[in-house]
Amino acid sequence: MAVEPLIPADAPPQPARDKLRSRGARLYRSLVVGVPFVWLLVFFLAPFLIVFKISLSQIALAQPPYVPSFSLENLSTFWNNLQQFTVDNYVWLTSDPLYINSYLSSLQIAGIATAITLLIGYPLAYGIARAPGGLRPVLILLTILPFWTSFLIRVYAWIGILKTDGLLNQFLMWLGVISDPLVIMNTNVAVYIGIVYSYLPFMVLPIYASLERMDYRLIEAANDLGCPPVKAFWTITFPLSRPGVLAGIMLVFIPAVGEFVIPDLLGGSRTLMIGRTLWNEFFSNRDWPVSSAVAILLLIVLVLPIVWFQRAQAKTTGNG
Amino acid sequence: MTRNWSPFNIVSVVFGFAFLYLPILLLVIYSFNASRLVTVWAGFSTVWYRELWNDQALLDAAWVTLRVALLSASVATILGTLAATTLVRFFDFRGRLLFAGMVYAPLVMPEVITGLSLLLLFVAMDFDRGFWTVTIAHITFSMCFVAVVVQSRLISFDRSLEEAAQDLGCPPWKTFFLITMPVIWPAVAAGWMLAFTLSLDDLVIASFTSGPGATTLPMKIYSQVRLGVTPKINAVCTLLIAVVSVGVILAAIVNKRREVQKARDAHLAATAG
Repeated sequence: MAVEPLIPADAPPQPARDKLRSRGARLYRSLVVGVPFVWLLVFFLAPFLIVFKISLSQIALAQPPYVPSFSLENLSTFWNNLQQFTVDNYVWLTSDPLYINSYLSSLQIAGIATAITLLIGYPLAYGIARAPGGLRPVLILLTILPFWTSFLIRVYAWIGILKTDGLLNQFLMWLGVISDPLVIMNTNVAVYIGIVYSYLPFMVLPIYASLERMDYRLIEAANDLGCPPVKAFWTITFPLSRPGVLAGIMLVFIPAVGEFVIPDLLGGSRTLMIGRTLWNEFFSNRDWPVSSAVAILLLIVLVLPIVWFQRAQAKTTGNG
Repeated sequence: MTRNWSPFNIVSVVFGFAFLYLPILLLVIYSFNASRLVTVWAGFSTVWYRELWNDQALLDAAWVTLRVALLSASVATILGTLAATTLVRFFDFRGRLLFAGMVYAPLVMPEVITGLSLLLLFVAMDFDRGFWTVTIAHITFSMCFVAVVVQSRLISFDRSLEEAAQDLGCPPWKTFFLITMPVIWPAVAAGWMLAFTLSLDDLVIASFTSGPGATTLPMKIYSQVRLGVTPKINAVCTLLIAVVSVGVILAAIVNKRREVQKARDAHLAATAG
């Protein structure tokens, strides 16, 4: 700064300082952008490319258990290795019904569970949105709180309830509703319960957010004009909450498809879900190439609903 | 605006919360069961908590989990805040679309895929699996959650404050710490808490990326659950639930207090002016 008086009056104002500042700004900027960018490239994108690569390799009895399909050491071996690229793993996935059934049954289980979550979550979100003002923050906190507690613990809690000699059967038999214990544990029903229970907050919060913003005078106006409440709900409230419903469906459905813990702990040996198949393929069969191929296909399966969701959301915001 | 809380609303709220809380409540109650059988009540006892204290393997796992969670949450908070700043402030750099994609993708990525891909990376890099690999994996997925939380706060932030500081010659990093940080810190703190609990709870990604000597608490719980339900696991779970609930409720109270204080200040300023 001591240099400043030396600068002639007709010179452009403080070029040195501006340059210095812009250099500092550029450094700041490249650090802010660069550090997380590099981290994600190394630990997110690169692993993916490796999964893709290994899904095209052959299994080997070695450590690691696959034949590398290419390395970049030199070009001639690269070309050699390139010819070892194999789509066998993908062919294998389509030939063995286990995998196709796993995909289909994942989609089915996640779809049914999402529908049940919506049926329970919507009235809950609606009830919270209409609660007296002072009570609402408490109810929202109560909705979020289970989200913070461990997923594993919440799934575990259901084992003691659903078991054949579990608390639910004890209670129902004590009531005299049933005489023989219900078999729920290790069936798809238990998996539905687990998914609904674990993902309910994800359904409630976005629906609540869209209902909360709603202008309830619309309902009053409809009622004043003689519209019955049920009809008012379906013609006014529900369409206005559609963005929340769509977001909720997505937030439940997508993670539920790839779920591992719930089908593993609550489902039976016949409960097929793709996350579990991948896990078994990897940890029990140690077939890394096939589990990589399963992962790649799972991603492709999940991209479709995400694209559908973004289209649907663009449509609702376009209309609104 | 009248919002009449109809009986239907009340019933659905009561049933909804009963569904959400009854299983956890039963889990907590049966952790105080004197019997070895989880489903038969045999009187109140804290025997399982005492037994926890003597289970060295479990305590070791808890210690590993705590260290992983503290370290990964702190690094993830820094990286996530930088990523959020990038997403909100810098638009014209090459690969912005790729960057945004990489920030959002882990949020919807099935855990099995994240775990598998990171493991394959560590194998390809010939990296010894253990404490560090679990920590790196946790940083990678939780930084994206932090980024989303901080981003939502940064979007509503009045940019002219930063511009004013920079026009007056304040260097950008100083602007960040003196102007931006004091405004966004509640979101940064919330992001840290989220990253911490995500790391504390994670089973799938840790199972893939961990190695010998770095068994986390969820991995330990999972392996015992597969053998059967015992009151001891109920006791561990109860302790974990207690820690997390107290943390979340305290954070909510602090937040509420701050808001009340802010409203009071605003009121004072308004009446004074």
